[in-house]
Amino acid sequence: MQIKFLAIAAAAALTFGATAAHADTLADVKAKGYVQCGVTGGVAGFSAPDANNEWAGLEVDFCKAVAAAIFNDATKVRYTPLTSQERFTALSAGEIDILSRTTTWTMSRDTQLGIKFIGTMYYDGQGFMVRKADGIKSALDLSGAAICIESGTTTELNAADYFATNKLEFNTVVFVDQDEVVKAYEDGRCDVYTTDASALAAERSKFAVPDDHIILPEIISKEPLGPVVRQGDDTWFNINRWTYFALLQAEELGVTQANVDEMLGSDNPEIKRLLGVEGDFGTPLGLTKDWAYQIVKLVGNYGESFNRNVGPDTPIGLARGLNALWKDGGLQYAAPIR
Amino acid sequence: MTDISFVRSEMTGASPAPNPTSGPLVWVRKNLFATPSDTLLTLLGLAFLAWIVPPLYGFLIGRAVPPGGTVEQCRVENVGACWAYIASELDFFVYGFYPAAEYWRVNIVFAMLALLIIPLAMPKAPYKRLNAILFIIAFPIASVILLSGGVFGLRYVPTEQWGGLMVTLIISVVGICLSLPLGIVLALGRQSSMPIIKSICVAFIELIRAVPLITILFMASIMLPLFMPAGVTVDKFLRALVGVTLFSSAYMAEVVRGGMQAIGRGQYEAAAALGLSYWKRMGFIILPQALKHVIPGIVNSFIALFKDTSLVYIVGMKDLLEAVKTKNDAIEWASPTQAITGYIFAAAVFWMFCFSMSRYSQFMERRLNTGHKR
Repeated sequence: MQIKFLAIAAAAALTFGATAAHADTLADVKAKGYVQCGVTGGVAGFSAPDANNEWAGLEVDFCKAVAAAIFNDATKVRYTPLTSQERFTALSAGEIDILSRTTTWTMSRDTQLGIKFIGTMYYDGQGFMVRKADGIKSALDLSGAAICIESGTTTELNAADYFATNKLEFNTVVFVDQDEVVKAYEDGRCDVYTTDASALAAERSKFAVPDDHIILPEIISKEPLGPVVRQGDDTWFNINRWTYFALLQAEELGVTQANVDEMLGSDNPEIKRLLGVEGDFGTPLGLTKDWAYQIVKLVGNYGESFNRNVGPDTPIGLARGLNALWKDGGLQYAAPIR
Repeated sequence: MTDISFVRSEMTGASPAPNPTSGPLVWVRKNLFATPSDTLLTLLGLAFLAWIVPPLYGFLIGRAVPPGGTVEQCRVENVGACWAYIASELDFFVYGFYPAAEYWRVNIVFAMLALLIIPLAMPKAPYKRLNAILFIIAFPIASVILLSGGVFGLRYVPTEQWGGLMVTLIISVVGICLSLPLGIVLALGRQSSMPIIKSICVAFIELIRAVPLITILFMASIMLPLFMPAGVTVDKFLRALVGVTLFSSAYMAEVVRGGMQAIGRGQYEAAAALGLSYWKRMGFIILPQALKHVIPGIVNSFIALFKDTSLVYIVGMKDLLEAVKTKNDAIEWASPTQAITGYIFAAAVFWMFCFSMSRYSQFMERRLNTGHKR
């Protein structure tokens, strides 16, 4: 935690000088011929090497989408695995163009580090996992249960807050490492395992019998994870933000990787605008007219990316939940392209 | 005269056979059951083995899933090590993100390394000078060209795609090859009578030794970019390489200095009395003796360096250990013993390299022992 604090402080103190100089990221990216994308060291479903040792995941797809919009080629991305300590410095120092690394959008980060959040690729939040045999149905039944938790994380503080607010007895078993926490829960040293819901799902898939464990419906914290760019380059920010919106808009309009070519002939004016058949929304961004067509053609829409990487049919098996489109009761909402 | 004969009339009986002085039983009695306390210790040792070996055997071999198995076999209750996971992800552990079509380039570098370093390490092998020149000059150049490419029609592979054992070996070989000469120069500088050189060397050594390696790498990865002019970046791999080498050379300097202090004053004076220049005195008289004294210390530093390479994860490089940790989260092999098997594999590889280095150093000590050993 101290290291993290120092890094943030150093980044905050020194970014001022660094940000002003990178005024034209798009030109730089076009000149070098690829987008440099900061990712995690390996978080399954978000950014991790796949079976062919290529980077894959929901957040990797975002970087691919940006590359598709700029170069009409989703492979023109290079990845830099970053630790959570160095991620913001790497961005402000210009080592990467986009940080897409399970980064939680918070006010202090947005306002103090010289960075800008594009949007929320994944609405995460802290959840609880218990054994099915224990018959627990809600987090409110957890009073006095032994909770396995990683020390020094916001997870611990969130859980303490939640238990205090709901007047439950808080009884923790603390470990320093994620692997230890999981092992302890598996060995029966505690009844409950708590961390971000997406991580819970990933860990559950490692158990011998995943179905013996359930994730409780309560989500007790807000962890909006999204891509980040440097502050001070509005063109680059716009490209990223509208790439994100295009991914959502395509899903909302039912444009998929498979049917995007047919959709070029659609009568729906919204689809026409999205795919560049009518009007030119790319040129003002410094892109081509068919920028969004390329994104969908090469990467797919948001829903396709979600289902491919973390969705119900993958071993991670996350439900859409908050990440469904607004019209399906979720929070993913894109401003219109017009 | 009575019949007195001095010739024996009957054979003497056979005397009992002497106690055997060799053979397995004697060895056992002498080494394992010589005294009651020895017997007790032996029995305790056997009990310990009986307690530890069956579960270890069960985990590593008996209940383990052999290479070629499936993830479903690994995903059962009470399964042993999941070797199938290691076998399936071996490419990543060795090459990282290096493009699969270009693995042959890494393999050639590995082969060149083995072909050059083994004869160099064998005292009897011929053409030492040519071998050393190839290893020190030609090999690094050829390796850089092969690994990064971008010339001669080879596809360019940026360093962020390097990983696994390849990175561990590159960093440790470069670190080892550069830190010894750098360390010797620093040690000589520290012993020098020229005040500026001496203070620079002392300051460098003491500064580096006062800081943990992790801090140096952290500085290189996080602070350095902030001091550079905007847009200028130094390759992360190079940063880690320089950091590890400088760190290790400071330690090497102190090891070498220790060896030089063990050489009697008379050797320095005799060399000077012969009218030899400074470099000849050091090169022919002092250093050969000093280095021989400190072989264990030097190899100690090499082994430490080899293991310290796993700290390059700080700058986002995936060395062997970090590659294993990354794949430990791989969802397609998600199973109860996935992570443990990965760590056992990494430990075994590290042990193999470090143990060979240590055995080789013992061999060199015996070979160079010219009667000074106390």
